Amino acid sequence: MTPDMTNDFAIKIATVNGTGSASANTLLMKSIFRSGIPVMGKNYFPSNIQGLPTWYEIRVTKDAYVARSGKIDVMVAMNAETYARDVREVASGGYLLYDSTWPRPALLARDDITVLGVPLAKLCNENFNGVRTRILMKNICYAGVLAALLDLDVEKIRGLLAETYAKKPQLVDSNMKAITLGYEYAKQNLACPLPVKVAPLDKTRGHIMIDGNTAAGLGCVFAGATVGAWYPITPSTSLMDAFKSFADKLRVDPETGKKNFAFIQAEDELAAIGMVLGASWNGARAFTATSGPGVSLMNEFLGLAYYAEVPAVLFDIQRVGPSTGMPTRTQQCDILEAAYASHGDTKHVCLFPRDPEECFYFARDAFDLAERLQTPVMVLSDLDIGMNDWMCPDLKWDDTYVPDRGKVMGKDEIAKLEKFHRYLDVDGDGIPWRTLPGVHPKGAYFTRGSGHTQYGAYTEDSAEYQIVLDRLTRKFHTARRLVPAPVIEHDPGIDIALVAYGSSDGAVREARDILSSHGLTANYLRLRSFPFGEDVEKFLESHRLVFVIEQNRDAQMRSLLTLETRVEKHKLRSLLHYSGLPISSEFIVKGVLAEVEPKTRKADVKGVA
Amino acid sequence: MTFLPKPKVRHPSLPKNSLGLTRRDYEGGLSTLCAGCGHDSITAAIIEASWGLDIEPQNMVKLSGIGCSSKTTAYFVSGGHGFNSVHGRMPSIAMGANAANRNLAYVGVSGDGDTLSIGLGQFCHAVRRNLNMAYIIENNGVYGLTKGQFSASADVGTKAKKGEVNQQPPIDPVLLALTLGATFVARSFSGDKQQLVPLIQAAIRHKGFALIDVLSPCVTFNDHEGSTKSYQYTREHYDAAVNADFVPFQREISADYAEGDALPVVLHDGSRILLRKLDSSYDPTDRGAAAAAIQERLKKGEFLTGLLYVDTNGKEFHEVNETPAIPLNQIPHNRLSPGSAALAKVLARYR
Repeated sequence: MTPDMTNDFAIKIATVNGTGSASANTLLMKSIFRSGIPVMGKNYFPSNIQGLPTWYEIRVTKDAYVARSGKIDVMVAMNAETYARDVREVASGGYLLYDSTWPRPALLARDDITVLGVPLAKLCNENFNGVRTRILMKNICYAGVLAALLDLDVEKIRGLLAETYAKKPQLVDSNMKAITLGYEYAKQNLACPLPVKVAPLDKTRGHIMIDGNTAAGLGCVFAGATVGAWYPITPSTSLMDAFKSFADKLRVDPETGKKNFAFIQAEDELAAIGMVLGASWNGARAFTATSGPGVSLMNEFLGLAYYAEVPAVLFDIQRVGPSTGMPTRTQQCDILEAAYASHGDTKHVCLFPRDPEECFYFARDAFDLAERLQTPVMVLSDLDIGMNDWMCPDLKWDDTYVPDRGKVMGKDEIAKLEKFHRYLDVDGDGIPWRTLPGVHPKGAYFTRGSGHTQYGAYTEDSAEYQIVLDRLTRKFHTARRLVPAPVIEHDPGIDIALVAYGSSDGAVREARDILSSHGLTANYLRLRSFPFGEDVEKFLESHRLVFVIEQNRDAQMRSLLTLETRVEKHKLRSLLHYSGLPISSEFIVKGVLAEVEPKTRKADVKGVA
Repeated sequence: MTFLPKPKVRHPSLPKNSLGLTRRDYEGGLSTLCAGCGHDSITAAIIEASWGLDIEPQNMVKLSGIGCSSKTTAYFVSGGHGFNSVHGRMPSIAMGANAANRNLAYVGVSGDGDTLSIGLGQFCHAVRRNLNMAYIIENNGVYGLTKGQFSASADVGTKAKKGEVNQQPPIDPVLLALTLGATFVARSFSGDKQQLVPLIQAAIRHKGFALIDVLSPCVTFNDHEGSTKSYQYTREHYDAAVNADFVPFQREISADYAEGDALPVVLHDGSRILLRKLDSSYDPTDRGAAAAAIQERLKKGEFLTGLLYVDTNGKEFHEVNETPAIPLNQIPHNRLSPGSAALAKVLARYR
């Protein structure tokens, strides 16, 4: 029996970048979202402006899963260059839509899928003028075909176009003409709708579709960041673009027109983080956004910030490494680089948001933590979170929020002191007090990356140097109870567990459901921060077998767990996905099942330890 | 970078500035540089200049990178915060600090290695941004802390202490800054306090990036025969073209300049620089002419000194960025965070 695929299937659209396919794909995804049906959209694009293969994957998921399933039910093959591989990727029983203006190579025929031909180029050539318009409209036209095949509400599409082109109504008409061309052709010539189709639900109310970089940039505006300094790098640039565009609207003094923020495009990443340190040191909430190569360049300053105890917020939108790697593909490959950035004994606070919603809240938390702990805080997002639209609950802002500016002494407090000592552990939590320039001459101190005493003076004395270094260890220990706690789902009767972080969360949640249907139940811990707290230790301790799921080759989080907790190394099994595409639930299910027989789950996992 | 405090002995008759502070109040820790180092003279000039400007010590921010020169920010104005950052990266720290609080006086001290080699990029971009700071290069043509390697400002033919001869052309920070659009470019000599003090004062008051390249011989590694940055060579080939007198706004302009050889330049706060032109043909407001005159002298192995170029109309970073008069680090949170109602409006776009 064919399973019911209504509201439960995935479409992949293969096109060439720079041809307007992004608008068509967004149109499709948003119209599904507006029909109340949860949807996921992922863009696999080249590091290029025009002419290279690009794919867009739309997953319609009534159960609101946010990851790739690993299976493609409908392929829209618009790119001749990738046609052969696109045909191969369609799941058995699935559908292939192609432009039948030109003949299809017979060699690539498959008899286990349904092939649907629509003469898209011909339709557009007959109805539109100009090469550029014809190319753009061909892509809008396939959206019309899909609307008919999937039983999508065309009025939803019209509504979206009207919003997008509110100021250019003629574009609404031409786009609707292309939609209608495709829609009518499909209605007349193909069996519409297909078994893979949508039916309106009411499951997206109270939700938005937003990408992580936009959410993070917005979070910085709300958290009160006043200085943003950066050097353009994919895939982080849109975070700074978002910050600037929101700040330009929300941070300009209505009376004077003055900007209550400074936005600085630096000459390189070294300067970008330097500016963040200078501004934070001077009492502003300052941040930068970058990716792995940028973090490599920022290492020297991150070490200075750790040792001289200067707050800083850094968003690392991870992309595929090593080196330049694949700039437009996703990975979680900067974990160790971030945790131990810079020479000498250094450790850094890291946050691992799972989606755009957490990017928004972690932006706020990162500033609070950086100022409380007087140290850099790195938010490790990735390209998948940062640049794809995710369905998230509405972002909320608590108007009673008061930023934690940390231990900063005011003028009167300084005046009362006999002498100010910058690096003295007055409160026993490893966090010293600091002062800001321009406040009081008695508060002045000399910030330096060279050896210093707890009183803030230069030293080359072993004992004095060690006092400060040991206090920094205590401070990092204090950080363990301040950082976001892991999310734990723990049934004490089960001794198999999954550990994951960041953008893998969606795939892990779905994989657990699938494993469960196979009769295998696993507990789950989602790491949200480094340093790891006692709850991570306990969780690892209480399981016999722990799968650490991550999106890099070298099991970086597993390494960090073995280095920074008491866990016995042999208990940790890695499931490593590092193709550059977002991890799928299927990958995790297969990985777990390869090691654990479902019938032996819960009770005993003899032989695997 | 010193760990030796200076004894606080005060003579009751020491002169006081308008804040009631003596020169001693603008001192810092004891220098640990070599005896006779030109840098210490520059430190003394900064102390004198700051005292004379009546700057509240806490309103001065001292910035540096790494090297002998960068240590000196610990030797003056101990009542102001100092930031001894990493090698060649002081301009970015200064940029961030200045972005956060535009109301403080930012004084950076760097060296020829820190500015012209490892930090060349950041230096250039600070000039381009017209970052409001005084940037002093203590230029000795040599790496001191690592014991005598040539720096990028070493002249062709100059001899290292161990006998090696430099064959690479030097980078001249003054000419470089002029081509980058700098709005205040000066050169001086550590041994000429009379010229240096008013230059530093004008640089601090100049709204924008103010460069002073100070030739500062290294007594240990670059003060021998064959060096073009030794005390002897510098004194012999040093030619002042335009000396500056700095006149704070509150004080009356002295009339000790004659029409025709002095040019008053009004700074944004109303204070003035009086440029006493020792060479009547020299025009310190003409960028191209300034560069030509400097190059002409360099060909003869001479350093033209004084305030070589000034433009008081350049827009500094905050004017370009359109930031408010109140420092960004002092705006209360409720004026920074748009609040839940604004957020709800923003979200409408994402449905």
